Amino acid sequence: MKERGTTVLLFLTPNLVGFLLFTIGPIFFSILLSFFAWDLFSSPTFVGLDNFTDLLGLEFSTGSGVIFTSLIVGGVAFISACALKGKPAVRVAWGSCVAAFAVAFTAVAVYGIPTSPKFWQSIGNTLFLLIGLPVGMLGSLFLAVLLNEKIFAGRFFRLTFFLPSIVGGVGIFLLWKWIFNPYYGPLNTALQVTLGITGPAWFEASAWAKPAMLIMNFWSQIGGGNMILYLAALQSINPSLYEAAQVDGANALKRFFHITLPMVSPTSAFILIMGIINGFQGGFDAAYVITGGGPAGSTTTVNYFIFESAFKHFEMGRASAASVILFVIVLGISWINWKFFASRNY
Amino acid sequence: MKSPYQLFASLKKALLFIGLCLIGVTMIFPFLWMLATSVKTIDPELIAIEGGRSGIFPTDGNPLAQLFPKVWHWENYVNVFREIPFARYYLNSLLVGTAVTVGQLLTSSMAAFAFSRLSFPGRDKLFMLYLATLMIPGVVTIIPTFIFFSRIGFFDSLIALMLPPMFSAYGTFMLRQFFLGIPKDLEEAATLDGCGSWRIYWTIILPLSLPALATLGIFTFIANWQSLFYPLVLIHSDERKTLPLGIMSFVDINSANWPHLMAASILSLLPIIIIFLLGQRFFSSGLQVGGVKS
Repeated sequence: MKERGTTVLLFLTPNLVGFLLFTIGPIFFSILLSFFAWDLFSSPTFVGLDNFTDLLGLEFSTGSGVIFTSLIVGGVAFISACALKGKPAVRVAWGSCVAAFAVAFTAVAVYGIPTSPKFWQSIGNTLFLLIGLPVGMLGSLFLAVLLNEKIFAGRFFRLTFFLPSIVGGVGIFLLWKWIFNPYYGPLNTALQVTLGITGPAWFEASAWAKPAMLIMNFWSQIGGGNMILYLAALQSINPSLYEAAQVDGANALKRFFHITLPMVSPTSAFILIMGIINGFQGGFDAAYVITGGGPAGSTTTVNYFIFESAFKHFEMGRASAASVILFVIVLGISWINWKFFASRNY
Repeated sequence: MKSPYQLFASLKKALLFIGLCLIGVTMIFPFLWMLATSVKTIDPELIAIEGGRSGIFPTDGNPLAQLFPKVWHWENYVNVFREIPFARYYLNSLLVGTAVTVGQLLTSSMAAFAFSRLSFPGRDKLFMLYLATLMIPGVVTIIPTFIFFSRIGFFDSLIALMLPPMFSAYGTFMLRQFFLGIPKDLEEAATLDGCGSWRIYWTIILPLSLPALATLGIFTFIANWQSLFYPLVLIHSDERKTLPLGIMSFVDINSANWPHLMAASILSLLPIIIIFLLGQRFFSSGLQVGGVKS
């Protein structure tokens, strides 16, 4: 079918204009902005890579300590590497490499102070929250296996499990803030009454805020789109596989590990990758509503860090640099996905 | 008389059913707790003791016995409308949500039609560009968008909330996948009868894609209804706030008054629950996570 150019333009233009204006344009503008320092009010000044080195960089306490420690660590590493078997030249080469690595590692780990500890903390928090992903996937698979059985009111259960993933937003975050309320919340009250335990302060304690987030996310995501994906994958497994296994005497557990799990692995790979990508971009709303990024920055995700830099401290360039770093991370994960999974049969 | 095997099978079914019931209760319980809390009242005595911290349970007795409040304080709901311009927030959210949904369905389906049915140079490369942007974090575009709207005088305007989400690469991608699955026989017959592209799009493709359009529409509306990030950055004045922002200002007034907060939350969630119940068949179809080949 050959069309005139005007027809194509008619269909494509509305979306394409918006796409260029609100997606492609902003991406390039963000990258450009990341090389500037700008507080929105004065005119932007070009600072080169300063925003990036500031976010990712390390400072070293200049003292005899760092040299002394490096010498000892480097020496020990060099000697122990040289003590291995092999030709002397190779041993010395290996020893130098190991020593250099050890010195660098020690310097960074012991004496290196990030110039932006809050940014590193936000990356750490974001990674920590990713722990919920594999746990949630197992939960979703478990629910899908249960729902895959022919059971009375199965459809009703499926909708019930699905509900928390749809009904979300500020209202639900407030609900969980209330549930986890350390003093009068239902959870700690129930712990006190039934088990006699004084529950942790949850969102008000830096050690417990992220686990509380994980519990909340588990509840809201376990029965959502991932469960539906798993259910679809389970329904496409040929039942004769299970029958054959049963004839061969495989019990339910064996059938699960040797048939179900491998057969849904393409779905698992998809969910995992999408989950990691979403995980890097997520966490803002919950942190804003429930904790304000605290306590002590323990729930500040990368998203939240960027928001604070841009719209609280008005460091537009720095925030843009952080968003470019986030962009590169997500792009890297997508690339890995494309390289290793997309070429396979899913 | 049932055989042992049948007996075992029905026992298994019963256990499974009980297990599903337990999980279902866990999923629903937070909502019930929300509802129960929303009609309670704060114990003023407790507030005095704990210095302004919230208190719903009486200081003596078993607190969990209060799952069902003795007196149902429905006036908490009225209070929400009294303390903040809740109706205004509602209206704003409805306006933005409707505009975004209609706009996105229209622009996405048109672009999807171009990508799936028309041929033009660079089509597949352009589509790859759309695909590539699917993974881009929302924060990457928010700062430039904020600056853009501030410069053209649309800062603190509902237009700024409506425009960006109207043009969705994801919607285009999802609808294109759906359009590709529609057989071309009908269109070929229509073309022979002298139908142009626009009529094919409007009278054949769109009616056949109603399930996909409904799914995309529902998810777009809900996502927009819950959206906090964009309004937070782009909206400043009280009368232009959407619901999520409005509730946040309600939180500022009632920081420890959980019954009031829960009442406001339930009011904000109500439309989503209604949409969920009305459009349930679209949720379990898995269409919203399109693009996965099974």
